[in-house]
Amino acid sequence: MKLDELTKTSGEWLRGSGPETDIVISSRIRLARNLARFPFPNRADSATRKEITDLLGTSLKELDRPNPLYVWDIGSLEEVDRQLLVERQLISRDLAEKEGARAVAISYEENVSVMINEEDHLRIQVLNSGFSLDECWESINQLDDQIESKVTYAFSEQFGYLTACPTNVGTGIRVSVMLHLPALVLTKEIQKVFQALQKINLTVRGLYGEGSQAMGDFYQISTQITLGLSEQQLIKKLQEVIPSILEWERRARKALVSANREALHDQISRAYGILQSAQTISSEETMHLLSSVRMGINLDLIHELEIPTVNELFIHTQPAHLQKLHGEKLESADRNIARAAYLRERLGKANEEAE
Amino acid sequence: MKKCSRCSKIATLHITEINDGKVDELHLCEACAKMYLNQPPDNLDEEFPAVEAEFNELLEEEDSEESLAEEVACPSCGITYKEFRSKGRLGCPQDYIVFKPQLLSLLDNIHNATQHTGKYPKRAPEASQKQFELIKLRNDLNEAVQSEDYEEAARLRDQINELQQEMSDET
Repeated sequence: MKLDELTKTSGEWLRGSGPETDIVISSRIRLARNLARFPFPNRADSATRKEITDLLGTSLKELDRPNPLYVWDIGSLEEVDRQLLVERQLISRDLAEKEGARAVAISYEENVSVMINEEDHLRIQVLNSGFSLDECWESINQLDDQIESKVTYAFSEQFGYLTACPTNVGTGIRVSVMLHLPALVLTKEIQKVFQALQKINLTVRGLYGEGSQAMGDFYQISTQITLGLSEQQLIKKLQEVIPSILEWERRARKALVSANREALHDQISRAYGILQSAQTISSEETMHLLSSVRMGINLDLIHELEIPTVNELFIHTQPAHLQKLHGEKLESADRNIARAAYLRERLGKANEEAE
Repeated sequence: MKKCSRCSKIATLHITEINDGKVDELHLCEACAKMYLNQPPDNLDEEFPAVEAEFNELLEEEDSEESLAEEVACPSCGITYKEFRSKGRLGCPQDYIVFKPQLLSLLDNIHNATQHTGKYPKRAPEASQKQFELIKLRNDLNEAVQSEDYEEAARLRDQINELQQEMSDET
């Protein structure tokens, strides 16, 4: 598996298939795990961190799985490749930017990624397209058992799986779904959604996790507590609340159409027009306009484009992807020109195929 | 390391504010963060503090009267509770034993619970496996009773009795 191959696809989470994909982009579960006999990464010296990385890297490589894991040493990757993995949600910004021995193990389909020496020794993640948390749990539970048969986890009868930060102790689980909520943003109802979620201990983040901006109207809704409830209970909690948010977004979309169909159609068509003809365009503007276009497809106001294509454009127009596709390092101004050219080419092709 | 956006110290608190879908990022040092968190919000409806902020507040709220206990270092990794409080990260798995009294109240604040009820390692000895299973079943029973699913509750109660019987037979 080569990193360059990644730029040819959109990755599992943007495949645009599975239940409720008009609004639910992807489902994700992560587990935090630590080895019993080592200090946590922040307290480990560089030799120990190296030992942990080697030990876990070897164990992960040797797991007997239908989709084997490929291990990358993050420290020896070029900056653009580290950024590429961040843009594809396979590693965190923290893992990309921190110092010391660290690695990531990824399956070819990109639905499994295991970070080594992030905040904890292991951050196991399973990512599926659409609203499919049960499948995520089944797959990550199995992988966790497999890893546990090779190494001894830090576990206490009272506190469960022990983690560097007490906010993750117990199950070490974070269950999340990524939603595309353009109508709730347009109607300014999104704030009410946040408040309702906060009351039941769920958090909302932007596209790239902690502290990231809510670009392209994408929001990650996730569980927050990890102790006192079982994994199934936490998953159920999210499964029960998401349908009402979907209902809320769909109602807002309908309301927008019935209030002023022409104005909405105009706004969406203009967004599409700019993407098809701009000569220079920033990443933020691209995300913003693609979000309108994506909603336009779901509302049947744009016919010649498909959701997977738009999903792919969201990721391929990110800085590292663009530079990989272009084959060379580009400064911000040149990136904006390359981005516009790429969009014109892709959207022109989509139009030809539709005709 | 980001610098505080109000003075030039290193920022330890990162806040993302989302107002009407518009996003503002704020990076603050500890002192400025304290001021920021204590100031009344412009509009209560728009208040949406990040989790990290709440967590840091919890850490700070703890009374520093127990300053002696704070200086005790973990024999395994050398970290003190004081250091943990300033960094927000523990040093090694043993810290959960060394700092147990302090962590219990912190965990109760964060999770509203102090007992794990989820998955447990398959490697654990059989006796502890049964203990974990019992904790999990009791937790499920609680939930079933709360959601008035009495059929499920009865089934769980039988399972718990059976397991308890099994465990007492063994000892």
